[in-house]
Amino acid sequence: MSALGTFDSTNLNGGQRLAVKYFTVAVVLFVAQILFGLLAGIQYLKPEFLHGILDFSVNRMVHINAMVVWMLYGFIGAVYWLLEDESQHEIVGLKLGNLGFWVLTAAVTVVVLVYLFVQIGPGNDTSLWLINEGREYIEAPRWADIGIVVVVLIFFANVALTFFKGRWTGISGVLVLDLVALAGLYLAGMFYTTNISIDQYWWWWVIHLWVEATWEVMVGTMMAWALMKTIGARRQIVETWLYIEVALMFGSGILGLGHHYFWIGSPNYWLSIGGFFSALEPIPLVAMVVHAVYDSGVHKMKNSNHPALAWLIAHAFGNFFGAGVWGFMQTLPQINMYTHGTQWSASHGHLAFFGAYATINIAFFYVAIQQSRGNNWMGAGLAGAWRWKWALGLLHMGVIGMSVTLLIAGYEQSFIERAVGGSTWSAYFEAQQHPWFVQAMWWRQMFGWVTLAGTLLLVWDLLAVGKGDTRPAEVAAAEV
Amino acid sequence: MNAMSPWWASAGFWRKTAVLVTALSFIVLIVLTLDSMAQMTAGGERVPAYSVINKRITYVEDAAKGHKVPAIGDDAPLFGKAVSEEDAEALVSLGKKTVQAKNCMNCHTLLGNGAYFAPDLTKAWLDPSWGNEAARESLMLAFLLDPPGNARTFGSGRKMPNLGITDEEAHGVIAFLKWMSSIDTNGFPNNFMPMQQGE
Repeated sequence: MSALGTFDSTNLNGGQRLAVKYFTVAVVLFVAQILFGLLAGIQYLKPEFLHGILDFSVNRMVHINAMVVWMLYGFIGAVYWLLEDESQHEIVGLKLGNLGFWVLTAAVTVVVLVYLFVQIGPGNDTSLWLINEGREYIEAPRWADIGIVVVVLIFFANVALTFFKGRWTGISGVLVLDLVALAGLYLAGMFYTTNISIDQYWWWWVIHLWVEATWEVMVGTMMAWALMKTIGARRQIVETWLYIEVALMFGSGILGLGHHYFWIGSPNYWLSIGGFFSALEPIPLVAMVVHAVYDSGVHKMKNSNHPALAWLIAHAFGNFFGAGVWGFMQTLPQINMYTHGTQWSASHGHLAFFGAYATINIAFFYVAIQQSRGNNWMGAGLAGAWRWKWALGLLHMGVIGMSVTLLIAGYEQSFIERAVGGSTWSAYFEAQQHPWFVQAMWWRQMFGWVTLAGTLLLVWDLLAVGKGDTRPAEVAAAEV
Repeated sequence: MNAMSPWWASAGFWRKTAVLVTALSFIVLIVLTLDSMAQMTAGGERVPAYSVINKRITYVEDAAKGHKVPAIGDDAPLFGKAVSEEDAEALVSLGKKTVQAKNCMNCHTLLGNGAYFAPDLTKAWLDPSWGNEAARESLMLAFLLDPPGNARTFGSGRKMPNLGITDEEAHGVIAFLKWMSSIDTNGFPNNFMPMQQGE
């Protein structure tokens, strides 16, 4: 182990070295997500901007794909990060895991370059296989889908075999079963059908059962492990909470899938089933807030890594408000009829993805940077602490600002386009040009720049925090 | 919590509950999915056969349901040429693949899903902005072949870019849009006011 305060890979175990690679690419994609989001945002205000060169469709696709992929890189990194610690065993198949990382990263690079420089193709199978599948969030062409599945299998083998050779715990059991579901669901998005209703039915299996079920359980396991590490929460407590969360999350989220089946040509019973179960979806998120805040309180907020704990608490609240409250607001069909396909969804998307997923990934970046510098001091009196505090503040201000302004635009659309205008194209454009909408979009853009400032400050802080600080980390007090 | 914790606060109880709840929910989902697939296959009541492009599609109030539903009327073949079920499916499929390969969904919404930069396409075929039934097909065709040249921005300045759509693909896209407008979407988008046709 090298001197405290110096970034050195000898401070890390094999899984953690691989995790740092995933985290690095995640941060790069995070910045890309913000940049392409800003370009797309400008096009709402100045439609001629980059028209015919980088159209809205391209910018928006890169914006949401960079987001999905950096979330996944963050999750994969987090699992590799905790793998040896949780299993008490050296990672199995690290070389293969490393190969998987490079293959996946090369594939992501090629996909993005094709998105940017080829963009579209003729209406045939070759385009869907090589250029763009044209299905929101999972636009990656089919060849990349297959590559992703292969790499995910390698990842899964690393994780499952390491736990088999080491030890099973509540966290690892939930994690492995969740990964099976997460990988299996991706297959539901890998086929072509002419029938748009059936297409969207299965497409939601991937999108919803990832984002509103398996991803939530994934971050539940990350939270459980991180609370043990940062505040010294007792395993029995975090694991019991984890089971409660899984029961509530899958109990509401699996059939909550039905709230995407209101308007796509699916049977009427989905109106009741989807409405009822999705209305329950905020409950596990409340449990997560109670759990995180209560346990932190029990430990009097005494912790080994201030920025990481701050982001974990931000995750608990962000998940509840972004996914829970913002989702609940429009989940009943009687309301969704007016809001579905308007900026309400964009508002929910921004707050939920940030609150539920960006936050906890960032918490893990801080856990990783601390260990990379030999597990040095990250508590009170940290030099340059203004950076992480301002990054946290600016990112929240930016994303909450965008979510609120998009919500205002969405309200206006629901009234003018849907309720009054009869949902025609002219009603759509009337709503798009209403001063309430236009003003909201200008403010959204302003908050987009605030988000960029927060992101850049975060990147700076991740590179600089704890550098040269030779004090050892405060050890989280074990619970009595 | 310790060994004395009550059964309802024990890890074992919640582990079993989690497994049971997850398994039950998933089984229910599978059963409902099988039923949904049967009901949503093209040719059923909710999602008509592709050959519906040979018919006039209108959108009429259903008093019992409290919203409008698509109604399939007399013969009104697309581009004046009736096609077999097989050819209709091939044409709609060409349109669907074009919609995917041109990345339409990252500006438009289809059945309300996609991006919000351009109007929803669910009822594009029935939208009153095409003027009337007689003009609709040729206007749609001209627009898809040269979107900037035939821009319909409604004063917004937002123009669809030239996507290099061929004549054949444009016919496919129009067939796809016509077919999609016949899907019963439970009244979505809310209160849609269709073009007057054939009355």
